Amino acid sequence: MTLLITLFAAVVATLVWYTKPALRDLKVGVLCWMFWGASLMWMIDAVFEFSELGADYFAPAGADMLNDGFLGFAVVALALVIWTVIVLVTDPRGTVKAALTKR
Amino acid sequence: MACFLVPTAEAIVTTVIAKTAKDEKKDYTDVSIETGAEVQEKPAKMSFVRKLRWLSNMLWGGAVLLCFEHLWHGEVVPFPPFLTAASDPADTAVMLHEMSTVGVCMAILITAVWVGMVIVSNVIENRAEKEAPAVSQEV
Repeated sequence: MTLLITLFAAVVATLVWYTKPALRDLKVGVLCWMFWGASLMWMIDAVFEFSELGADYFAPAGADMLNDGFLGFAVVALALVIWTVIVLVTDPRGTVKAALTKR
Repeated sequence: MACFLVPTAEAIVTTVIAKTAKDEKKDYTDVSIETGAEVQEKPAKMSFVRKLRWLSNMLWGGAVLLCFEHLWHGEVVPFPPFLTAASDPADTAVMLHEMSTVGVCMAILITAVWVGMVIVSNVIENRAEKEAPAVSQEV
C-alpha cells in the first residue's frame, strides 16, 4: 500500500513537472526525485517480501493494509513538507524576500 | 531494519564526488561581439556532474522517506544506539544480513535506473545536436 501510494505520487509529480513548465522553477523536480527514489527502494522491499510470502503478499490483513496506507499518506505529506521548506528557503520567485522587505 | 543505510552511504559518496568534481559546463561564458558584455552561453550537452546529481537526489530522497518509514515502525529511534536492532547481537546479525541483501539491491536498482536515464539523455542530446545544423540550413 505504501509502495502504491508513493508510486502514484511519483507519477503525478512527474506529469506536473512535464506539463507545467512554470512550476519547474518551484522545484517540483525535488518531489519527483524523492518519490521515485523511495518507490524504487520499496519495490525491492516488495520483491524480497514476495519471495518470502509468495501469493500471501497480495492478501494482507485489513489492519496491516490500513497501517500501510496511513504510512503511505504520511510519507507523501512529509515529502510535501520538505518540498515546501525548500521552496521557501530558496525562494525562487523572490516572494518571501518581497514579503519581508515590504514596508 | 536498516536497509536504507546502504543507499544513504552511496548518496554521501555521490554527493561528495559531485561537489568536488568541477562542473566544466556550468559557468561557460562568452563575450558578445556587439556589446562586449559577458553572455552566458547555454551548453549543448548537460555535464556529467549534473547527471550525477540526479543519482544523489534520487538516493537522498529515497533514503529520507525510507528513514521515516523505519521511524514509523520503531526500527530507528532518535536516541543511541539509533537502530533498535543494534542493541541485541542476534538482531544485529539479521540487520546486517538485510543490509547486505535488500540494501545492496536497492542501491543497485537505483544506480541501474540512473545509468538508463544517462544513456537515454545522451541519445536525446546527440540526436538534438545532429538535427540542429539541418534545421539552420533549412532556414
